[in-house]
Parts: sequence; C-alpha cells; structure tokens
Amino acid sequence: MNGIATLLAISCLLLLGSSRLLVSIRMVAFQGVLLGLLPLFVAGSGHIGAAALILTITNIGLKSILLPWLLTRALFESGARREIEPFIGFGASIMAGVVLLAISGYIVNRLQSTAEISSSITLIAGFFMVFSGLFLLITRRKALTQTLGFLVLENGVFTTGLSLGSEFSVYVELGILLDVFVGIFLMGIMLFHIDREFDHLDVDRFNELSDLTVDVASNEEASE
Amino acid sequence: MISPSSILICLVMIVLSPLLPGIINKTKAFFGGRQGPPVLQLYLDIAKLLRKTSVYSQTTTVVTRIAPFVILFSTLAAALLVPVAFRGAGVSFTGDIILLAYLLGIGRFFMVLAALDTGSAFEGMGAAREVLYSALAEPALFCGLLVLISETSQTSLSAIYEKLTAECWWQNPMTFLLIAVSWMIVLLVENARIPIDDPNTHLELTMIHEVMILDYSSKDLALIEFAGAVKLAVFSSLLVGLVFSGNELSLPLQLLAFAAAMALVAIVVGVVESTIARFRLLHVPKFIVGSGALAIIALILKLSGN
Repeated sequence: MNGIATLLAISCLLLLGSSRLLVSIRMVAFQGVLLGLLPLFVAGSGHIGAAALILTITNIGLKSILLPWLLTRALFESGARREIEPFIGFGASIMAGVVLLAISGYIVNRLQSTAEISSSITLIAGFFMVFSGLFLLITRRKALTQTLGFLVLENGVFTTGLSLGSEFSVYVELGILLDVFVGIFLMGIMLFHIDREFDHLDVDRFNELSDLTVDVASNEEASE
Repeated sequence: MISPSSILICLVMIVLSPLLPGIINKTKAFFGGRQGPPVLQLYLDIAKLLRKTSVYSQTTTVVTRIAPFVILFSTLAAALLVPVAFRGAGVSFTGDIILLAYLLGIGRFFMVLAALDTGSAFEGMGAAREVLYSALAEPALFCGLLVLISETSQTSLSAIYEKLTAECWWQNPMTFLLIAVSWMIVLLVENARIPIDDPNTHLELTMIHEVMILDYSSKDLALIEFAGAVKLAVFSSLLVGLVFSGNELSLPLQLLAFAAAMALVAIVVGVVESTIARFRLLHVPKFIVGSGALAIIALILKLSGN
C-alpha cells in the first residue's frame, strides 16, 4: 500500500520532469497499473471480492492499455515527439511538484482530525496527483500533455476516493471510469482534428487564431 | 566523544581510500572488455605527481597555493566524523552531521575560489556548475538525515548509525530504500561520477570537477586527487552505514564486512558508470532535484507515520 502510493508520487514527479511525450504516456500507463492494484490492497487480504477484481481489471484495461494506445496513436499521427519548453521549465516543475507534495501532506495532516482515513499516505498521493494533474493542465502547451494532465487528475480523484472511504461503490467507480473513457476518447478525436487542421498540437498558438495569413506566418516565425 | 580505535580505523580507511577509484575503474574495464589500469593506479599517479615540481600561473594569488591544503584537510576532518566499520565515528558529538556537511562545503568553496582565481573562463564555468549541483544535492542529504534523526531520535551521526538495524529496514522498507537511492545519487554528484560528470572527459566545455583543477600540477594535484578519493570514501561509508548493519559482529569481522561493503559501493558506482551514458548538462539539475524529491517523499512517509 505504502509502496504503491510512493510509486504513484514518484511517477507523478517523473511526469512533471519528462520532456518526451512517449515517456509521459508510458508513465501514465504505469500509473494505471498501480491504480488497478490499489483496490485489491484496500479490500484487505483474505476477502478480495468480485467488486475489487472487476475494478482492477477495468482499471488496468482502460487506463494502462486502451487509453495509452489511443494517445500513442495520436502522438505518432501528429509526428510530435517532445513537449516544447512549457511555461514553467521542467526543473522548476519538479521543484513545484515537491512543494505541491508538501502542501498535500499538510492538508492531509489537517484532515486527519476530522475525517476517517484508512491510509494517510495514499491520501497524500491522491491529493498530490490531483495537484500535479492540474499543474500539467495549466503549464503545458501541447494538447496531448494536457490530456495526460487530465488523466492524472482523474487518477488522483480515484486514489483519494479509495483512501477516504473504507468501502467503495463499484457502480460509482465504474461510472466514473466510463466518463473518463469517453472524455479521453473525445479528446483523442479532438487531437486528430487539431493536428489535421493546424499541423501541430500547440494549444498556446490558438490564442492568435485569425484569418490573416500574414499575421499567422509572422507569429509562427516568432514562436519558432 | 572520542574513540581511539575508530580513529585508527578511520586512518586506515583514509590511507586505503585511493583503492576505491581503482575498483571503479576495474569494474568499468571489465564491462568494456579491457584489462584496465591496476587497482593501485591512483597510488602510482600520486607518487609520480609528488616527484614533480609545481608550476603556477602568474595571475594566480595565494588562494591557489593554499587551496589544495584546505581541500585535503577539510576532507580528512570530515572523514573523522563519519562512522566507520559499524563502530561509530572517531569523533562524535551532538550535531556533528552539520559540521560534516559544511567541512565538505569548505573544501568545495576553496576549490571554487581557486578555480576562479586562475581567471580562466572554462574554470569559472566549471565552478558555477559545481556550486549549482552541490547546492541542489544538499537538500537530499539533509532530508535523508532528518528522516534518520526522527527514526532513531538521536542527533549524532554515530548514535544514529548505531540504532539503525535491519529491523528499521523491515519496518519501513520504502522509506529507507528512497533514502539509499537518493544518497547514492548524492554520492555520484558530490564525487563527479558519470551521469553527472565524466572523470575521464577531455572537453573543457562539459567538464565540471576536472576543469576546476586544470591549472594544478604536481604536488598540489596529488593532494587534490587524494582528497577526492577520501571524499568518495566518506560518502561511501555514509551509504554503507545506512544500508548494512554489523553492530553485533566481532572486530575482525566488522573490518572485513566494512571493506567488502565499501568495495561493493565502488562496484555499484562502476556498474552505473558503465551502463548509463552521461546526461546532457541541461538535464543534470532535473536529475539532482529528483533525488531531493525522493528524500522528501521519504520524509513525508516518515512523518505521516505509517
């Protein structure tokens, strides 16, 4: 349990620091596997119910096989390999990640007096994943990385939910998983379309959309 | 608290420390399919350097002359403070951890001063990198120490290491694993080993440690090389004390186990150097901050109490 939470936190930090998109996708897939294992541990050894098993299988199937495959395809279609320098650099991102980790530790520490928490470290990891997902969404320029940020955010919500309640509702979790699947699927389709229309996935440049071709050309020169 | 037997062991460790780079080079040679230089190569180098006369640049000042001595003696003093052979340090008192870190800091400070003193652009660049990297590596070392302090509720390095047993590892395997990994990275950073800096590189632009001592020759260079080997031994013994415990063994067994563990650390460094390519300079800070992040995760794991 502690080991999984620690690995989740470390994979988030790696995600914040990696500039290669393929590595980022693999990292999110790895998080999916860890998340899939989590319900088995929460259920407690001895009585692993069918519910936990279903959740594990759907989680791993969805988050570490299907969605990464989809995103990898989008990646190869677009031909982009690397994230360009984000608004906050990679080194600074990791430092920000450490600060976020400390903040989540502080929040959980405050929560401990009021809520019933089965594992505070898993909860810290959950909060940290939510924060780092948001951080990725805000600071990265490529649509693909933002999608990954959304996925990490959702992973964080899942982890937080698991560590807060002693028992989880399979139907709610499965519903959320379906939601996420549809969401990421739509985002994948959007990625294809953005790529086909503009030849890049750089969301930042959408700020300067205009019909004037001259404008766009000069903007592109400036950003190159 | 002064323990004469530990001081004696510490002196032996200092004298034998040039073996560590030899073992690293042998490991690298093994991976490269070569025979490699003999394990005693650094002794031979130092003996050769001591027979030559020094050459000083006309632009240098007294700082360049005294820096090798400061570097050597601050490192030797630091060696007295680390626990050796599972028996505690030669000299130990409350808060000696901080003195240890800053004795090594003084050595680094003088090396940087001497590099700036020569007025060479390359050496200035190397100095800037050295300062940046070691500043980033320090939080990793101290966060790890904080965890150990809160685990054992002791504030002297010897007392901490005395209380660290295999049982601590069984109780919090994740915490200790994280600290061990982050300290391994600190070891690589502080001793300018491969993923950070290549000790064999010949391009001034990308050197870090080697570029700072470019202007040294003969006896001064010998002192600096020896200090480097002692520094490697200091960090290795910190790591060995963290990973292995042999408090209950008899003295000869302790010595034997300690020597074997130190050789093991050197071999691990050699394996890392043979299997990982050197990072691009821009990626190095990321890597070091990452090691600090591991230590901080360990701290959070420890503080949240399960």
